[in-house]
Amino acid sequence: MEDAGSAPQRVLTAKAAGLVGCTQCGRVHASGVTTCTRCGAPVSSRDGTSVQRVWAWLFAGLVVYIPANIYPMLRTTLLGKTTESTIFGGVVDLVHHGSYGVATIVFVASIIIPVAKFIAIAYLALSVERRVSLSAHKRHVLFEVVEFIGRWSMIDVFVVAILSSLVQLDFAAQINPGIAAVSFALSVAFTMISAQSFDPRLIWDADGE
Amino acid sequence: MTVQPPAKLPDTDGLIACPSCDALHLLRDVQPGETARCVRCHAVLEAPRNTAMTRIIMLALAALILMVAAIFFPFLELEAAGRIHRSSLLDTVMAFSSGLTAPLTFAMAALIVILPVIRFVALIYVLAPMAFGWRPAPHAEPAFRLAEMLRPWAMAEIFIVGVAVALVKVAGLAHVFIGPAFWAFVALVVVTVLKDNFMSRVTVWKTLEARRNGS
Repeated sequence: MEDAGSAPQRVLTAKAAGLVGCTQCGRVHASGVTTCTRCGAPVSSRDGTSVQRVWAWLFAGLVVYIPANIYPMLRTTLLGKTTESTIFGGVVDLVHHGSYGVATIVFVASIIIPVAKFIAIAYLALSVERRVSLSAHKRHVLFEVVEFIGRWSMIDVFVVAILSSLVQLDFAAQINPGIAAVSFALSVAFTMISAQSFDPRLIWDADGE
Repeated sequence: MTVQPPAKLPDTDGLIACPSCDALHLLRDVQPGETARCVRCHAVLEAPRNTAMTRIIMLALAALILMVAAIFFPFLELEAAGRIHRSSLLDTVMAFSSGLTAPLTFAMAALIVILPVIRFVALIYVLAPMAFGWRPAPHAEPAFRLAEMLRPWAMAEIFIVGVAVALVKVAGLAHVFIGPAFWAFVALVVVTVLKDNFMSRVTVWKTLEARRNGS
Protein backbone atom coordinates (compact mmCIF):
# COMPACT_ATOMS: atom_id res chain seq x y z
CA MET A 1 0.00 0.00 0.00
CA GLU A 2 1.29 3.45 -0.84
CA ASP A 3 0.88 6.31 1.53
CA ALA A 4 -0.41 9.50 -0.03
CA GLY A 5 1.19 11.64 2.63
CA SER A 6 4.68 10.18 2.44
CA ALA A 7 7.65 11.69 0.64
CA PRO A 8 7.07 12.14 -3.11
CA GLN A 9 7.66 8.88 -4.91
CA ARG A 10 10.16 8.79 -7.75
CA VAL A 11 7.99 8.14 -10.75
CA LEU A 12 8.93 7.89 -14.39
CA THR A 13 6.35 9.42 -16.69
CA ALA A 14 5.73 8.38 -20.26
CA LYS A 15 6.79 11.87 -21.32
CA ALA A 16 10.11 11.66 -19.48
CA ALA A 17 10.75 8.25 -21.05
CA GLY A 18 10.17 9.70 -24.52
CA LEU A 19 6.91 7.79 -24.91
CA VAL A 20 3.29 8.81 -25.29
CA GLY A 21 0.49 7.44 -23.12
CA CYS A 22 -3.15 7.24 -24.20
CA THR A 23 -5.45 9.06 -21.75
CA GLN A 24 -8.35 6.79 -22.73
CA CYS A 25 -6.95 3.27 -22.39
CA GLY A 26 -3.44 3.69 -20.95
CA ARG A 27 -1.69 2.14 -23.99
CA VAL A 28 1.90 3.36 -24.35
CA HIS A 29 3.20 4.39 -27.77
CA ALA A 30 6.49 5.53 -29.21
CA SER A 31 6.68 9.32 -29.57
CA GLY A 32 5.22 10.67 -32.79
CA VAL A 33 2.17 8.43 -32.72
CA THR A 34 -0.97 10.57 -33.00
CA THR A 35 -3.74 7.96 -32.85
CA CYS A 36 -3.92 5.24 -30.24
CA THR A 37 -3.51 1.82 -31.83
CA ARG A 38 -5.77 0.20 -29.25
CA CYS A 39 -8.73 2.54 -28.88
CA GLY A 40 -8.35 5.00 -31.75
CA ALA A 41 -8.38 8.06 -29.51
CA PRO A 42 -6.08 10.95 -30.46
CA VAL A 43 -2.94 10.83 -28.33
CA SER A 44 -0.40 13.52 -27.54
CA SER A 45 2.31 13.72 -24.94
CA ARG A 46 0.74 16.86 -23.49
CA ASP A 47 -2.20 18.82 -24.77
CA GLY A 48 -0.59 22.18 -25.55
CA THR A 49 -3.85 24.06 -26.00
CA SER A 50 -5.42 22.59 -22.87
CA VAL A 51 -4.96 25.58 -20.57
CA GLN A 52 -6.08 28.02 -23.28
CA ARG A 53 -9.28 26.09 -23.84
CA VAL A 54 -9.89 25.88 -20.10
CA TRP A 55 -9.71 29.68 -19.81
CA ALA A 56 -11.88 30.25 -22.89
CA TRP A 57 -14.71 28.00 -21.70
CA LEU A 58 -14.37 29.27 -18.15
CA PHE A 59 -14.86 32.88 -19.26
CA ALA A 60 -17.80 31.85 -21.46
CA GLY A 61 -19.33 30.15 -18.43
CA LEU A 62 -18.69 33.17 -16.24
CA VAL A 63 -20.26 35.56 -18.77
CA VAL A 64 -23.53 33.60 -19.03
CA TYR A 65 -23.60 33.07 -15.27
CA ILE A 66 -24.25 36.80 -14.77
CA PRO A 67 -27.62 36.97 -16.62
CA ALA A 68 -28.52 33.66 -14.97
CA ASN A 69 -28.52 35.45 -11.63
CA ILE A 70 -30.05 38.76 -12.73
CA TYR A 71 -33.00 37.53 -14.79
CA PRO A 72 -35.92 35.50 -13.43
CA MET A 73 -35.64 31.73 -13.32
CA LEU A 74 -39.33 31.13 -12.59
CA ARG A 75 -42.52 33.06 -13.36
CA THR A 76 -45.23 31.97 -10.94
CA THR A 77 -48.84 32.99 -11.54
CA LEU A 78 -51.12 32.49 -8.55
CA LEU A 79 -54.77 33.56 -9.02
CA GLY A 80 -53.84 35.94 -11.78
CA LYS A 81 -50.96 37.53 -9.92
CA THR A 82 -47.56 36.95 -11.48
CA THR A 83 -44.34 36.95 -9.50
CA GLU A 84 -40.89 36.43 -10.92
CA SER A 85 -38.09 34.91 -8.92
CA THR A 86 -34.39 34.69 -9.55
CA ILE A 87 -32.18 31.83 -8.40
CA PHE A 88 -31.40 33.56 -5.12
CA GLY A 89 -35.02 34.69 -4.73
CA GLY A 90 -36.12 31.07 -5.02
CA VAL A 91 -33.82 30.10 -2.17
CA VAL A 92 -35.18 32.93 -0.02
CA ASP A 93 -38.76 31.81 -0.77
CA LEU A 94 -37.95 28.26 0.30
CA VAL A 95 -36.47 29.50 3.56
CA HIS A 96 -39.64 31.56 4.19
CA HIS A 97 -41.71 28.41 3.68
CA GLY A 98 -39.56 26.61 6.21
CA SER A 99 -38.12 24.09 3.72
CA TYR A 100 -34.57 24.49 4.97
CA GLY A 101 -33.34 21.17 3.56
CA VAL A 102 -34.43 21.91 0.01
CA ALA A 103 -33.30 25.52 0.31
CA THR A 104 -29.87 24.19 1.19
CA ILE A 105 -29.82 21.81 -1.80
CA VAL A 106 -30.78 24.58 -4.22
CA PHE A 107 -28.41 27.10 -2.63
CA VAL A 108 -25.50 24.67 -2.76
CA ALA A 109 -26.26 23.37 -6.27
CA SER A 110 -26.92 26.68 -7.98
CA ILE A 111 -24.82 29.21 -6.09
CA ILE A 112 -22.06 27.56 -4.03
CA ILE A 113 -21.04 24.86 -6.54
CA PRO A 114 -20.89 27.12 -9.63
CA VAL A 115 -18.89 29.81 -7.83
CA ALA A 116 -16.58 27.28 -6.17
CA LYS A 117 -16.11 25.64 -9.55
CA PHE A 118 -15.09 28.88 -11.25
CA ILE A 119 -12.51 29.46 -8.53
CA ALA A 120 -11.27 25.84 -8.51
CA ILE A 121 -10.81 25.63 -12.28
CA ALA A 122 -9.06 29.01 -12.40
CA TYR A 123 -6.79 27.90 -9.56
CA LEU A 124 -5.92 24.62 -11.33
CA ALA A 125 -5.20 26.42 -14.59
CA LEU A 126 -3.00 28.97 -12.81
CA SER A 127 -1.19 26.26 -10.86
CA VAL A 128 0.15 24.81 -14.12
CA GLU A 129 2.17 27.91 -14.81
CA ARG A 130 3.18 29.12 -11.36
CA ARG A 131 4.06 27.65 -8.00
CA VAL A 132 1.16 27.12 -5.61
CA SER A 133 1.03 25.88 -2.06
CA LEU A 134 -1.34 22.98 -2.65
CA SER A 135 0.46 19.69 -3.36
CA ALA A 136 -0.01 17.95 -6.71
CA HIS A 137 -1.94 15.18 -5.04
CA LYS A 138 -4.39 17.58 -3.42
CA ARG A 139 -4.84 19.42 -6.72
CA HIS A 140 -5.50 16.12 -8.45
CA VAL A 141 -8.23 15.35 -5.91
CA LEU A 142 -9.61 18.88 -6.40
CA PHE A 143 -9.78 18.25 -10.15
CA GLU A 144 -11.63 14.98 -9.67
CA VAL A 145 -14.10 16.65 -7.32
CA VAL A 146 -14.70 19.46 -9.83
CA GLU A 147 -15.30 16.96 -12.64
CA PHE A 148 -17.62 14.86 -10.51
CA ILE A 149 -19.67 17.60 -8.93
CA GLY A 150 -19.98 20.09 -11.80
CA ARG A 151 -22.85 18.34 -13.55
CA TRP A 152 -24.97 18.44 -10.38
CA SER A 153 -25.50 22.17 -10.88
CA MET A 154 -27.90 21.26 -13.67
CA ILE A 155 -30.41 20.32 -10.95
CA ASP A 156 -31.95 23.80 -10.82
CA VAL A 157 -32.73 23.71 -14.53
CA PHE A 158 -34.44 20.35 -14.08
CA VAL A 159 -36.45 21.66 -11.15
CA VAL A 160 -37.68 24.56 -13.30
CA ALA A 161 -38.64 22.14 -16.09
CA ILE A 162 -40.52 19.82 -13.73
CA LEU A 163 -42.36 22.67 -12.02
CA SER A 164 -43.30 24.23 -15.36
CA SER A 165 -44.71 21.01 -16.73
CA LEU A 166 -46.47 20.03 -13.52
CA VAL A 167 -48.01 23.28 -12.33
CA GLN A 168 -50.26 24.21 -15.25
CA LEU A 169 -53.64 24.74 -13.60
CA ASP A 170 -54.78 27.64 -15.77
CA PHE A 171 -56.01 30.45 -13.54
CA ALA A 172 -55.35 28.89 -10.14
CA ALA A 173 -51.65 28.35 -10.47
CA GLN A 174 -49.18 28.37 -13.27
CA ILE A 175 -45.42 28.19 -13.36
CA ASN A 176 -43.40 29.10 -16.41
CA PRO A 177 -39.65 29.08 -17.00
CA GLY A 178 -37.72 32.32 -17.17
CA ILE A 179 -34.86 33.21 -19.48
CA ALA A 180 -32.31 32.70 -16.69
CA ALA A 181 -32.87 28.93 -17.02
CA VAL A 182 -31.22 29.03 -20.44
CA SER A 183 -28.19 31.04 -19.40
CA PHE A 184 -27.77 28.96 -16.25
CA ALA A 185 -27.86 25.71 -18.26
CA LEU A 186 -25.30 27.19 -20.66
CA SER A 187 -23.09 28.26 -17.78
CA VAL A 188 -23.12 24.73 -16.34
CA ALA A 189 -22.38 23.20 -19.75
CA PHE A 190 -19.51 25.65 -20.47
CA THR A 191 -17.83 25.03 -17.12
CA MET A 192 -18.20 21.26 -17.63
CA ILE A 193 -16.41 21.59 -20.99
CA SER A 194 -13.83 23.82 -19.33
CA ALA A 195 -13.07 21.15 -16.72
CA GLN A 196 -12.96 18.43 -19.37
CA SER A 197 -10.47 20.49 -21.43
CA PHE A 198 -8.02 20.45 -18.55
CA ASP A 199 -5.23 17.92 -18.94
CA PRO A 200 -4.66 16.54 -15.40
CA ARG A 201 -1.19 15.33 -16.39
CA LEU A 202 -0.12 18.99 -16.32
CA ILE A 203 -0.73 19.06 -12.55
CA TRP A 204 1.99 16.47 -12.03
CA ASP A 205 4.50 17.77 -14.57
CA ALA A 206 5.54 20.81 -12.53
CA ASP A 207 5.74 18.59 -9.47
CA GLY A 208 8.39 16.35 -10.98
CA GLU A 209 11.14 18.97 -11.20
CA MET B 1 3.64 -2.47 -10.33
CA THR B 2 7.00 -0.79 -9.81
CA VAL B 3 9.04 2.17 -10.91
CA GLN B 4 11.54 1.41 -13.61
CA PRO B 5 14.79 3.24 -14.39
CA PRO B 6 14.93 4.53 -17.99
CA ALA B 7 18.01 2.45 -18.82
CA LYS B 8 16.16 -0.84 -19.25
CA LEU B 9 12.71 0.08 -20.43
CA PRO B 10 10.74 -2.88 -21.73
CA ASP B 11 8.72 -2.88 -24.93
CA THR B 12 5.78 -0.45 -25.00
CA ASP B 13 3.43 -3.46 -24.98
CA GLY B 14 4.60 -4.28 -21.48
CA LEU B 15 3.86 -0.82 -20.10
CA ILE B 16 0.82 1.15 -19.08
CA ALA B 17 0.71 4.92 -18.60
CA CYS B 18 -1.71 6.20 -15.96
CA PRO B 19 -4.48 7.92 -17.94
CA SER B 20 -4.70 10.76 -15.45
CA CYS B 21 -1.08 11.50 -14.47
CA ASP B 22 1.09 9.81 -17.13
CA ALA B 23 3.13 7.73 -14.65
CA LEU B 24 4.52 4.61 -16.30
CA HIS B 25 3.81 1.22 -14.79
CA LEU B 26 4.87 -2.28 -15.77
CA LEU B 27 1.91 -4.29 -16.97
CA ARG B 28 1.10 -7.21 -14.77
CA ASP B 29 -1.78 -9.63 -14.85
CA VAL B 30 -4.42 -8.29 -12.52
CA GLN B 31 -6.56 -11.08 -11.10
CA PRO B 32 -10.36 -10.78 -11.11
CA GLY B 33 -11.38 -9.05 -7.90
CA GLU B 34 -8.12 -7.13 -7.57
CA THR B 35 -7.82 -3.42 -8.23
CA ALA B 36 -4.65 -1.94 -9.67
CA ARG B 37 -4.07 1.71 -8.80
CA CYS B 38 -1.57 4.28 -9.99
CA VAL B 39 1.27 4.57 -7.45
CA ARG B 40 1.35 8.34 -7.80
CA CYS B 41 -2.21 9.65 -8.17
CA HIS B 42 -4.11 6.53 -7.00
CA ALA B 43 -6.42 6.53 -10.01
CA VAL B 44 -7.80 3.06 -10.77
CA LEU B 45 -5.83 1.50 -13.60
CA GLU B 46 -7.47 -1.88 -13.87
CA ALA B 47 -10.23 -3.61 -11.95
CA PRO B 48 -11.29 -6.83 -13.66
CA ARG B 49 -14.32 -8.53 -12.16
CA ASN B 50 -15.69 -11.97 -12.88
CA THR B 51 -18.68 -11.85 -15.24
CA ALA B 52 -18.48 -8.03 -15.22
CA MET B 53 -19.25 -7.88 -18.94
CA THR B 54 -22.41 -9.95 -18.58
CA ARG B 55 -23.56 -7.87 -15.64
CA ILE B 56 -22.97 -4.61 -17.47
CA ILE B 57 -24.98 -5.62 -20.53
CA MET B 58 -27.81 -7.04 -18.37
CA LEU B 59 -27.96 -3.79 -16.42
CA ALA B 60 -27.81 -1.73 -19.62
CA LEU B 61 -30.69 -3.78 -21.06
CA ALA B 62 -32.69 -3.31 -17.87
CA ALA B 63 -31.98 0.42 -18.04
CA LEU B 64 -33.26 0.59 -21.63
CA ILE B 65 -36.52 -1.15 -20.71
CA LEU B 66 -36.98 1.09 -17.68
CA MET B 67 -36.37 4.15 -19.85
CA VAL B 68 -39.20 3.11 -22.19
CA ALA B 69 -41.50 2.65 -19.18
CA ALA B 70 -40.42 6.00 -17.74
CA ILE B 71 -41.24 7.81 -20.97
CA PHE B 72 -44.70 6.37 -21.60
CA PHE B 73 -46.27 6.04 -18.15
CA PRO B 74 -47.53 9.07 -16.21
CA PHE B 75 -44.72 10.57 -14.22
CA LEU B 76 -46.31 12.90 -11.69
CA GLU B 77 -49.89 13.91 -10.98
CA LEU B 78 -50.95 17.11 -9.35
CA GLU B 79 -54.33 17.80 -7.81
CA ALA B 80 -55.45 21.25 -6.74
CA ALA B 81 -58.94 22.73 -6.36
CA GLY B 82 -60.52 19.60 -7.84
CA ARG B 83 -58.42 19.72 -10.97
CA ILE B 84 -55.94 17.04 -11.90
CA HIS B 85 -52.93 17.67 -14.05
CA ARG B 86 -50.85 14.75 -15.27
CA SER B 87 -47.38 15.21 -16.48
CA SER B 88 -45.14 12.72 -18.20
CA LEU B 89 -41.42 12.77 -18.78
CA LEU B 90 -42.08 14.14 -22.25
CA ASP B 91 -44.09 17.03 -20.79
CA THR B 92 -41.12 17.84 -18.59
CA VAL B 93 -38.84 17.86 -21.60
CA MET B 94 -41.30 20.08 -23.48
CA ALA B 95 -41.61 22.56 -20.57
CA PHE B 96 -39.20 24.96 -22.23
CA SER B 97 -40.69 24.64 -25.71
CA SER B 98 -42.36 28.04 -25.88
CA GLY B 99 -40.74 31.45 -26.18
CA LEU B 100 -37.09 32.27 -25.67
CA THR B 101 -36.32 29.13 -23.70
CA ALA B 102 -37.11 26.84 -26.67
CA PRO B 103 -33.48 25.74 -27.29
CA LEU B 104 -33.46 24.25 -23.80
CA THR B 105 -36.04 21.70 -24.96
CA PHE B 106 -33.42 19.96 -27.08
CA ALA B 107 -30.88 20.10 -24.28
CA MET B 108 -33.37 18.63 -21.79
CA ALA B 109 -34.37 15.83 -24.17
CA ALA B 110 -30.71 15.07 -24.77
CA LEU B 111 -29.59 15.10 -21.14
CA ILE B 112 -32.47 13.08 -19.70
CA VAL B 113 -33.45 10.67 -22.48
CA ILE B 114 -31.40 10.69 -25.69
CA LEU B 115 -27.82 10.63 -24.37
CA PRO B 116 -28.51 7.97 -21.70
CA VAL B 117 -30.22 5.80 -24.35
CA ILE B 118 -27.31 6.21 -26.79
CA ARG B 119 -24.93 5.20 -23.99
CA PHE B 120 -26.91 2.07 -23.12
CA VAL B 121 -27.17 1.01 -26.77
CA ALA B 122 -23.47 1.65 -27.41
CA LEU B 123 -22.46 -0.34 -24.31
CA ILE B 124 -24.65 -3.29 -25.26
CA TYR B 125 -23.30 -3.16 -28.81
CA VAL B 126 -19.69 -3.20 -27.59
CA LEU B 127 -19.94 -5.58 -24.64
CA ALA B 128 -22.51 -8.16 -25.73
CA PRO B 129 -20.18 -9.93 -28.21
CA MET B 130 -17.46 -9.96 -25.53
CA ALA B 131 -19.73 -11.45 -22.88
CA PHE B 132 -20.62 -14.26 -25.27
CA GLY B 133 -16.99 -14.75 -26.26
CA TRP B 134 -17.50 -13.61 -29.85
CA ARG B 135 -15.30 -11.32 -31.91
CA PRO B 136 -16.03 -7.62 -31.30
CA ALA B 137 -18.69 -6.02 -33.50
CA PRO B 138 -17.51 -3.76 -36.32
CA HIS B 139 -16.74 -0.22 -35.10
CA ALA B 140 -16.89 -1.36 -31.48
CA GLU B 141 -13.95 0.93 -30.62
CA PRO B 142 -15.57 4.23 -31.71
CA ALA B 143 -18.82 3.07 -30.09
CA PHE B 144 -17.12 2.54 -26.74
CA ARG B 145 -15.26 5.83 -27.00
CA LEU B 146 -18.62 7.53 -27.64
CA ALA B 147 -20.16 5.84 -24.60
CA GLU B 148 -17.27 7.05 -22.42
CA MET B 149 -17.45 10.56 -23.86
CA LEU B 150 -21.17 10.79 -23.08
CA ARG B 151 -20.76 9.64 -19.48
CA PRO B 152 -20.77 13.10 -17.83
CA TRP B 153 -23.61 14.33 -20.07
CA ALA B 154 -26.14 11.61 -19.24
CA MET B 155 -27.85 13.22 -16.27
CA ALA B 156 -30.69 10.88 -15.31
CA GLU B 157 -29.67 10.68 -11.63
CA ILE B 158 -29.49 14.47 -11.33
CA PHE B 159 -32.97 14.71 -12.80
CA ILE B 160 -34.33 12.43 -10.06
CA VAL B 161 -32.96 14.65 -7.31
CA GLY B 162 -34.48 17.57 -9.24
CA VAL B 163 -37.86 15.85 -9.04
CA ALA B 164 -37.49 15.53 -5.28
CA VAL B 165 -36.70 19.24 -4.94
CA ALA B 166 -39.63 20.17 -7.19
CA LEU B 167 -42.00 17.99 -5.14
CA VAL B 168 -41.10 19.81 -1.95
CA LYS B 169 -41.60 23.16 -3.67
CA VAL B 170 -45.07 22.16 -4.89
CA ALA B 171 -46.14 20.29 -1.75
CA GLY B 172 -47.61 23.38 -0.11
CA LEU B 173 -49.53 24.32 -3.22
CA ALA B 174 -51.31 21.10 -4.13
CA HIS B 175 -51.45 17.34 -3.68
CA VAL B 176 -48.85 15.56 -5.75
CA PHE B 177 -49.10 11.90 -6.69
CA ILE B 178 -46.17 9.95 -7.94
CA GLY B 179 -46.85 7.88 -11.04
CA PRO B 180 -45.33 4.53 -12.07
CA ALA B 181 -42.91 6.26 -14.44
CA PHE B 182 -41.27 7.97 -11.49
CA TRP B 183 -40.40 4.63 -9.90
CA ALA B 184 -39.21 3.31 -13.24
CA PHE B 185 -36.89 6.27 -13.45
CA VAL B 186 -35.62 5.78 -9.89
CA ALA B 187 -34.86 2.14 -10.72
CA LEU B 188 -33.11 3.32 -13.88
CA VAL B 189 -30.81 5.54 -11.84
CA VAL B 190 -29.92 2.71 -9.44
CA VAL B 191 -29.21 0.38 -12.37
CA THR B 192 -27.07 3.02 -14.11
CA VAL B 193 -24.94 3.62 -11.02
CA LEU B 194 -24.46 -0.15 -10.53
CA LYS B 195 -23.50 -0.54 -14.17
CA ASP B 196 -20.92 2.26 -14.07
CA ASN B 197 -19.38 0.75 -10.95
CA PHE B 198 -18.73 -2.51 -12.77
CA MET B 199 -16.94 -0.77 -15.59
CA SER B 200 -13.21 -0.48 -15.66
CA ARG B 201 -12.30 1.37 -18.81
CA VAL B 202 -8.79 0.00 -19.29
CA THR B 203 -10.03 -3.55 -18.70
CA VAL B 204 -12.69 -3.16 -21.39
CA TRP B 205 -10.13 -1.77 -23.84
CA LYS B 206 -7.69 -4.59 -23.17
CA THR B 207 -10.38 -7.25 -23.59
CA LEU B 208 -11.54 -5.56 -26.77
CA GLU B 209 -8.01 -5.54 -28.18
CA ALA B 210 -7.36 -9.17 -27.21
CA ARG B 211 -10.58 -10.33 -28.85
CA ARG B 212 -9.96 -8.22 -31.95
CA ASN B 213 -6.63 -9.92 -32.43
CA GLY B 214 -8.38 -13.24 -32.50
CA SER B 215 -7.31 -14.80 -29.24
